[in-house]
Formats: sequence, C-alpha cells, structure tokens
Amino acid sequence: MKKTLLTTVMGAVAALGVSAGASSAATLDDVKDKGFIQCGVSQGLPGFSNQDSDGNWSGLDVDLCKGVAAAVFGDATAVKFTPLSAKERFTALQSGEIDILSRNTTWTASRDTQLGLNFAGVNYYDGQGFMVRSELGVNSALELSGASICTNTGTTTELNVADYFAANNMQYELVAFEKADEVVAAYDAGRCDVYTTDASGLYAQRLKLTDPAAHTVLPEIISKEPLGPVVRQGDDQWFNIVRWTHIATLNAEEFGITSANVGEMMGSDNPGIKRLLGGEFGEAMGIPNDWAAQIIKSVGNYAEMFDRNVGPDTPLGIARGVNALWTDGGLQYGPPVR
Amino acid sequence: MSDNNISYVRTEMLEEQPAPLSEKGPVAWVKNNLFSSVPNTIMTLIGLWILYKIIPPFISFVFLESVWTGADRAVCATEAQGGVQGNDWFGGCWAYVGAYMKQFIYGRYPDAELWRVNLTGILFFGSLIPLLIPSAPYKSANIIFTVVIFPVIAIVLLTGGHLEFNGFLLPDSIMAPSTAKFAVDFVILSLIIAGIAALIARGSDKNPMPSVMGALFFMGAVAVIFIVLGVNFGLEHVETPIWGGLLVTLVIAVTGIAAALPLGILLALGRRSNMMFVRLFSVIFIEFWRGVPLITVLFMSSVMLPLFLPEGVEFDKLLRALIGVALFSAAYMAEVVRGGLQALPKGQFEGAMALGLNWGQMMRLIILPQALKLVIPGIVNTFIGLFKDTTLVLIIGLFDFLGTIQLSYSDPTWSSPVQNITGYAFAAFIYFLFCYFMSRYSTFMEDKLNTGHR
Repeated sequence: MKKTLLTTVMGAVAALGVSAGASSAATLDDVKDKGFIQCGVSQGLPGFSNQDSDGNWSGLDVDLCKGVAAAVFGDATAVKFTPLSAKERFTALQSGEIDILSRNTTWTASRDTQLGLNFAGVNYYDGQGFMVRSELGVNSALELSGASICTNTGTTTELNVADYFAANNMQYELVAFEKADEVVAAYDAGRCDVYTTDASGLYAQRLKLTDPAAHTVLPEIISKEPLGPVVRQGDDQWFNIVRWTHIATLNAEEFGITSANVGEMMGSDNPGIKRLLGGEFGEAMGIPNDWAAQIIKSVGNYAEMFDRNVGPDTPLGIARGVNALWTDGGLQYGPPVR
Repeated sequence: MSDNNISYVRTEMLEEQPAPLSEKGPVAWVKNNLFSSVPNTIMTLIGLWILYKIIPPFISFVFLESVWTGADRAVCATEAQGGVQGNDWFGGCWAYVGAYMKQFIYGRYPDAELWRVNLTGILFFGSLIPLLIPSAPYKSANIIFTVVIFPVIAIVLLTGGHLEFNGFLLPDSIMAPSTAKFAVDFVILSLIIAGIAALIARGSDKNPMPSVMGALFFMGAVAVIFIVLGVNFGLEHVETPIWGGLLVTLVIAVTGIAAALPLGILLALGRRSNMMFVRLFSVIFIEFWRGVPLITVLFMSSVMLPLFLPEGVEFDKLLRALIGVALFSAAYMAEVVRGGLQALPKGQFEGAMALGLNWGQMMRLIILPQALKLVIPGIVNTFIGLFKDTTLVLIIGLFDFLGTIQLSYSDPTWSSPVQNITGYAFAAFIYFLFCYFMSRYSTFMEDKLNTGHR
C-alpha cells in the first residue's frame, strides 16, 4: 500500500500555509507513472455515469474517460472512477485528486475563467426543459402562466425558470425539493403541474412516473447547458489529449469508422481516415500514434457511445437532436485531423 | 369452646371457583385495558383505525404484491410504464434488492477478495457475541482479542496490509522519509512518553520505575502492531474508495464506537481533573467538537483539506471520516460519562480515598463501575446516534449502506416508481435491526447490573 498515513497526517498540519490551486505541470507523466487515469464522475446520473448491479460504471461521461485511457495506455480499463457531489467536484480537480472531471458539468464563463480550470469540449448539448401532464393540453411553455413548477433546490434550474418567466411576463409558483427523487414523487402525486430539469434528466426521471405515457415533454428548451469534460488549467498537453479524444470519436462517426470495422478501416485509402488512424498526431501529444484507433476500438465512435448509453434503444430513449453531427443538422462538429 | 353448631356459620370451606369471566380471560382483559373508560375507548378505536390504514397496505406492498425474481425493470413496472404488471399494481421490487445485494453489502469490493470481508465479519461477530454474553467463559482473553488483536487483523484483511510508514517527527531535511526514519521517530516518541510518565510519577512522590516500564511496554505493543501492519502477507491491496455498502457503515460505526468510549471516559475524567492544562484541554476539545455540526467537519475534511495538502499528498477519505466521527462522538460520550460521575455521591470518593486507594485504583475499582452503570442508557443512545450518523459520509463521496442504495437509483435498468420505495424500505429494515439490537442489549445490561440501589 503506497499510502503514507502518518506522513500525511503530519503533512496536513505542516502544510496549512500552502496555497490552493497549485497545479503540477505534466498530468500525463503522473498518469503514466500511476498506470491509470483517475476520473471524477457523478454520484449517479442515468446514461451519463451510473453503476450497474455489478458495480461497473457506464454512461456517456464514463466512456469519455475510458476513451482517454485507451488513447494513453491502449487499455480502456486503465481508469478509476471517483464519484463526486456537485459541491466537491471542482476542489477534487484543483487538488489533483482526479485527472479529468467528466461529470455532466455545464461550461460557463465563470467556471472556465475563475476556477483555474479548462473545458475540453462538449460531449453533450443539454438544456433545461419542461414536462407536463398531457391532460392539461399544454403544447408550449408559453402557455404555462400561473403554473406550479417542481424543481430541485440550489441549482441553476431555479434561476433559469425565474429568468424565462420574467422575460415572458408570466406568473408561476415554485415547489422546490432537495433530492431528485422527491421532486419526481411530488410531480407524480400531482403537487405541481410542471416538472423542470435538464432535458436529459427529464427522460431519465420519466421512468419513475406511474404512467409515463400521460406526460409530455414540451418543445421549448430555456437554457444552454453544454456539458463537457474539465481539466486543470496550465497543462496544455493533457488538455489536448482530452479534447482530441472527444474529437476523434466525432470524426470516426463522420467517416463511418465503428468499433467493429476499425480493423479494416486501418487499410482504407481515404486520406482523412488514414490521418486519423495512422497519422503522426499521437506523438505530438506524447501518446502512441494509434491513439484514435484504440479509442474507437474500445468505446466506439460518438454515435455508438450515444446509442449505447442514452439512445433510443436504451430505457432513456433520447433522440440525437442537437447532438447529431453537423452533417445531420446537429451541433457536434469535429475539427479535422490534419 | 366450640361454636360450630351455630346455624348461620358454614361448617366447611367453599370450593374454589374460577374468577368470573368479567374479571379474567381475554374478554376481561380487552374490557379492562382497551375499553375501560370513554376516553380509552375513543383512543382504542382511533388506534385500531390507524393500524387498519397502515398494516394491510404494508403487508400487501412488502409481501403479497411484491416481486421476488426478475432480471430488469420490466418485472417491477406496470404495462403503462413499459413493464409486465397490471396497471393498478403496487408492490415491492425485491428482485432489484436481490440483484444489488452484493453491492449493498460490499460496495465495489473485488469479487475475488470478498472472502476477506466475510472472514473479518465472522471474526468480528465471533469475538463480539461471547463478549456480550455475561456468562461466556474466557472473558479477559476475549477482550484482548477483540480490542487489540482483531482490529489489526481487520486492517490487514480489509486493506491488504503492507502499509508503509515514512516517519512523522523529524523534519525531512535531517533524514529522508523511509521506514528507518519512522523507526527512529517512534523510538524518540516512546522516550518522550516514558519521560512524561516519569515526571508525573515523581510529581506524586512515587517510585517512577513502574510508570516508565508501563509506558515503554505500551509503546512496545504499539510497535509490534506497526510491524504487523507493515508485513507483506501477499494480499492484494484494496483501496478504500471502492469499499461500500454495509461494510463501510459497520467500519465507521464500529471504529467510532470503539474509539468514542475510551476517549470519552478520558475526556470526562480530564474535565474533572485538578490539573489546569488537562482540564483546559478537555473542556476546549469537548466544546469545540460539540459546537460544530458533524456535516461541517466532514465537508471541511473533504473540500478544504485537499487544498491545504501539498500536491500529490492524498489523505485517505475513509480515514478522514473515521477520525472525524471518532473525535465527534468522543466529545458527546465525554459529557454522558461526566453525567455519571456527577451523579455519584461525594462519599464514594471520600470512602475510596479513606481506604488508601490512589487515584487510578479509585477510578478503576470504585467510581467508574458505578458511574458507567448509571449512564448505560446515555452511552447506548450515543452509540445508536453514531450508527445512524454514519449516513452523513455520503457528503464526502463515501458510499455507506444508504449511499449505495441511493446510488443504485440511477441505474436505468431498474428504474421504476417502486424502486426507491423498496430501497428505502430495505434500508429502514436493516438500520432498525442494528439499532433495535443495541437498544435491547442495553436494557438487558441494565437489568443485569441492577443492584437494587435505585
């Protein structure tokens, strides 16, 4: 056991003066020494990071970390997960406890500029939506004036609702609870007319309603919630690895490379595919040149990740929507590898 | 003189007859206890109505309607929810609890190493149960095993042992951190403690040798423990973040309870000591830990502490929680024990001193046995509170029993409206089992130790 219990106890006392946020220069070197990547995930968000009954982590955010592990080590299992609460997530990253924060974290100006952190991309475009009982006959969020709205306390969802209703000159009554379970139970029991949270969450919580078919998700999305992986500021090499792991899965989808056919695609004549799978770009980032091939082999391209974790065939059943590739009218746009 | 022939006096005794039905038997019992007066009758009817409202739905949810086998959410969801049950079905989903049972007990402890947890559990209950039965033999050997040997075995089994100690006293500039430095530090610390023991003994005009030898013997025993912890037994290292479930709950509760009682007694004695600094230290310690919420302590240790630590130094989360919980409950325990000390009449102290007992003997033989017996309800109360407070470690990302259950709610494979009701019902059942056992045992000990003075 490489824990130095007593040193650390004493170290805690001795080092009270050390300033916060001092980041080490080379996360990649640390990671290679350790032999695995420490990845911060949520304490359970269906489809993004959740455990199954055998204790295995799965989800879109989890797959991103596995992809980075595949890029660095050629082994998608070389990653350990730290479940973090919303409050402790940034501290865990700043203090070096984790190497990547991949925890449905919204990319905002204050987080990007004030916390000493960098967002390495957007692996899911989310936004706050509304769910109502179909029997109310409401077809648009603009018809919700006077409604009572169930939501979580202490999140930005409250603020978004306030902004939206004020901007549209509508009245509302807020019914807030601490835990998502309570919010859903209250909505299901009819204590409020509308349930609001991130759209991806709406689909997950719908599974817990007594009669899911009696509820409708309204088309309006009232906030921008680009969710993505976060790394410490000041380590561009590590930042690039995480950013290009995501981009590689997007480009793979665009080229039609999947985890099943990546072997034969290695021999493709398409110059774009050749550069992605066999170029010299890994070396520039300090990782093996077959990085992209390893990522696709182990976690698949973006479409595979999406379909496996949140797509129409999963219990969540979320459509691609804005998360489709730019070629299909979505927002996922992978800069070219060249 | 015989008056037996007086005609209005019976000549023989009447046969004994059973009491009239209005005074004995179930009807009488019901009449006397449930319907003895108008208010009592009203209360009984209200009570029966409440039971009627609660018990049939409970039985129906837990037993009659519940689902015991199945592979995913379909068996626990109605057709409208995409499952197989009828649309007015409402029952427990024990199939989900069954599928998650391993996680609820062990967390993500690796499958191949589960025997280590099981063995620790068997040793724990195997040594604790005879200890709790007053008539079981070999008490002193049992106590030594449970208090000294078992914790070392448990640490080695659960973590894998082979801990490295790098030293703690001398600055790194004098000697590089290593096992040798730890040994040097340890010897220095032992000498300092022996020195303090000698000073205290000399202060009370005694031969200092027994105290010094006692202190050195104690430090020697501690050294043996460190050496055992450092040995490589070839067990795979299982880091604490993947522990979970009931395992974490019990580790925290048992460590907290085991540390709180002795620390609490010391602090209670310290608070009543004549020595200025001992008293001051005890008072400050107790008031500080009683003055801050446990959740703040845990939160501070998880959010603030990592920022103060030097880069790369990690401080095990479980250890943080253990220290926090132990110190916190020790402060509460100290006040409970102090209550017992205050309750003893002054004559007990004076009598003990008049017998020529020194302070240690007085406390050990006269005062503490009586004081602790008085406060058994308070002590067990603190233990039960501590057991339930362990759920707060969820704040710092440790998954105790309740935390593991809540974590499982995010698995879409089992998501259904009854999933969390079933999960919480199961959690309540398990917590109740443990707490009720502690409560019954405390009542048993009170009766056992009752000497009839009160």
